[in-house]
Amino acid sequence: MLNSFSLALKSIWSNKMRSFLTMLGIIIGVAAVIILVGLVNGQMSYMKESFSDMGTNLISVNLTNVNSRSVSDEEMYEFYTENIDYFDAMSPNVTVSGTIKSGNESLSSTTITGVSEEYLTLKSMELESGRFIQYSDLASRQKVCVIGYYVATEFYGSAEAALGDTLSINGDRYTIVGTVERQTSDSDEVEEGGSDDFVFIPYTAAVELARNGTINNYTFAMSDVEQTETVKGLLNTFLYSIFKNEDLYSITAMSELLDSLNSMIAMMSMMLGGIGGISLLVAGVGVMNIMLVSVTERTREIGIRNSLGAKRSTIMQQFVIEAAVTSSLGGLMGIALGCGLTGVIGKVIGMTAVPTVGAIAVSFSVSVGIGLLFGYMPASRAAKLNPIDALRSD
Amino acid sequence: MAAKAFRFLRRIPSKDSSCAAESGRSQKMDTDGNAPLIELRNICKIYQMGTEQVHANDGISLKISRGEFVAIVGKSGSGKSTLMNIIGALDVPTEGEYYLDGEDVSHMSEDQLAEIRNKMIGFIFQQYNLLLRDNLLENVELPLLYAGYSKSERKEKAMRSLERVGLADKWFNKPSQLSGGQQQRVSIARALAGNPSLILADEPTGALDSKTSREVLDFLKELNREGNTIIIITHDNSIAMEAKRVVRIKDGKINFDGDVEKYAEFV
Ligand SMILES: Nc1ncnc2c1ncn2[C@@H]1O[C@H](COP(=O)(O)OP(=O)(O)OP(=O)(O)O)[C@@H](O)[C@H]1O
Ligand SMILES: [Mg+2]
Repeated sequence: MLNSFSLALKSIWSNKMRSFLTMLGIIIGVAAVIILVGLVNGQMSYMKESFSDMGTNLISVNLTNVNSRSVSDEEMYEFYTENIDYFDAMSPNVTVSGTIKSGNESLSSTTITGVSEEYLTLKSMELESGRFIQYSDLASRQKVCVIGYYVATEFYGSAEAALGDTLSINGDRYTIVGTVERQTSDSDEVEEGGSDDFVFIPYTAAVELARNGTINNYTFAMSDVEQTETVKGLLNTFLYSIFKNEDLYSITAMSELLDSLNSMIAMMSMMLGGIGGISLLVAGVGVMNIMLVSVTERTREIGIRNSLGAKRSTIMQQFVIEAAVTSSLGGLMGIALGCGLTGVIGKVIGMTAVPTVGAIAVSFSVSVGIGLLFGYMPASRAAKLNPIDALRSD
Repeated sequence: MAAKAFRFLRRIPSKDSSCAAESGRSQKMDTDGNAPLIELRNICKIYQMGTEQVHANDGISLKISRGEFVAIVGKSGSGKSTLMNIIGALDVPTEGEYYLDGEDVSHMSEDQLAEIRNKMIGFIFQQYNLLLRDNLLENVELPLLYAGYSKSERKEKAMRSLERVGLADKWFNKPSQLSGGQQQRVSIARALAGNPSLILADEPTGALDSKTSREVLDFLKELNREGNTIIIITHDNSIAMEAKRVVRIKDGKINFDGDVEKYAEFV
């Protein structure tokens, strides 16, 4: 056994070029599997993270309010307080399109949203300075606003300087009562239209500003993600009792989006892994080819070994081990290449890609298995040769 | 394909050959107590060529004792190599019995034959049959490797064997770096390495010039003087004359068996 092993190594070494070409297929196959799965995995965790940042406990309700049937914010709050056990927070969302101005400067990229006093909790945001919109602001439709980091720095230079100042939204003057802490990480650039470019105002004021008088979107924060189905059921019962038509409203849970994202990504990584797997299979056929050639080339050698007393099983062992060693060496090189390239490629296309243990284990065992499988056939052919015929060949 | 046909043929009793007629004969063991190293009893080897049967060996009976130096001669196609394959345990006869050192080789399995070749027989081929990618030491070590010797034992025995043929200082060379005569000496060293009971040489000088042929023959004679049993197969009468005993084959049958002096008279 040990002899067969050293014989195999020697044979591989004395045919460096041929051995390397055989391995090349396996190296590429294994590296491809590791890189592809690594990239998909990196992308998956990135997307997951950004989804969790948005809050997996959120449920968004969209309404198409028609004249005959509509849900008012009072009715929605009634539902919310009745089922408060299930929720942490709730806020209507009223999007106002328009431009904000301060002095001579104006911004049109800024997202202007009418929200409730619970919106900060809902989005897990923190204040940088001042206070958030309060219940009293909502009740009296106060013209106050809370601004994002981008607006604060762009208009006033800093979050502190912005406090107490005013800005005009579509011509109406709003007093700045608070600023929200920076949402993007310090290393990133603060962009126009980015996640720091926003203004929050009381939703009651926003309804007036938007001039259509209805609220079409609510966001709920559940206290427990596990209860998503129950909460969706409650919302559905409530909304159906008013609209009598499922087409007029939609209930979307973030956690469900995450689930479908996950299954989509799992499918993708399986597909890409499959492509890598096919390339491994092709590599296996390559191994078999080379082994067959090597048997034909070495018929005389087999005859000589046989005449000197090598048993069939011994010759068989030599060839199978040769194939297995070739493919596992190829596999190891493929792992090294794959792990190295995963990081590099990830950096180049700008995402964190990490080689997974699973991909390494699977691709390595597949490559060794292929070596054994496709090495076996030529090996058994080698062992079956008649020593006399084998000796006669040249 | 061919191998399969042989195996199949071995089991077919032939009807029209002398083999079949004689195969029923009772076989008596040697009565003098001194069992020969080789005993062939009515060996037949039949090859099927399409619808025709070729009797490559057609009823060969032969005894060879330890320490003999026998030349097997015959024209091309007479059946020498076929006989050598059987004596060398590379093949089994279609009919007849072959006892090597008292063991019945004619009905052995592939693996048993491999072991017989490994332990009992040292081959010397016309084409040397060295492994070109291995150095001389590794070549000579091969039979010892398959015999299961440890690395150190292998090296020691192989080096001693190379010393005997005067090539110990070249042990790390590849066969291709050697002359034909030197390569044949390496193959002799390989044949000797496992200390076999029988040295079997098929046209050992066939690929050599007359001077190196002489050297190889002298070396074989020396080995015989030291007590080794040697069988040499050749189509060349002048080489046969170097042996002590000559067996001549014609059409698969023995038509002369005797001392080399008698053979000189015979031809
Ligand atoms: N594998 C085979 N299949 C069919 N016929 C064979 C086979 N091997 C040998 N023969 C036939 O058997 C006969 C004897 O062949 P063999 O090789 O023993 O002759 P030889 O005396 O060694 O000849 P040479 O001196 O040319 O080597 C020949 O007629 C040959 O054609
Ligand atoms: Mg011949």
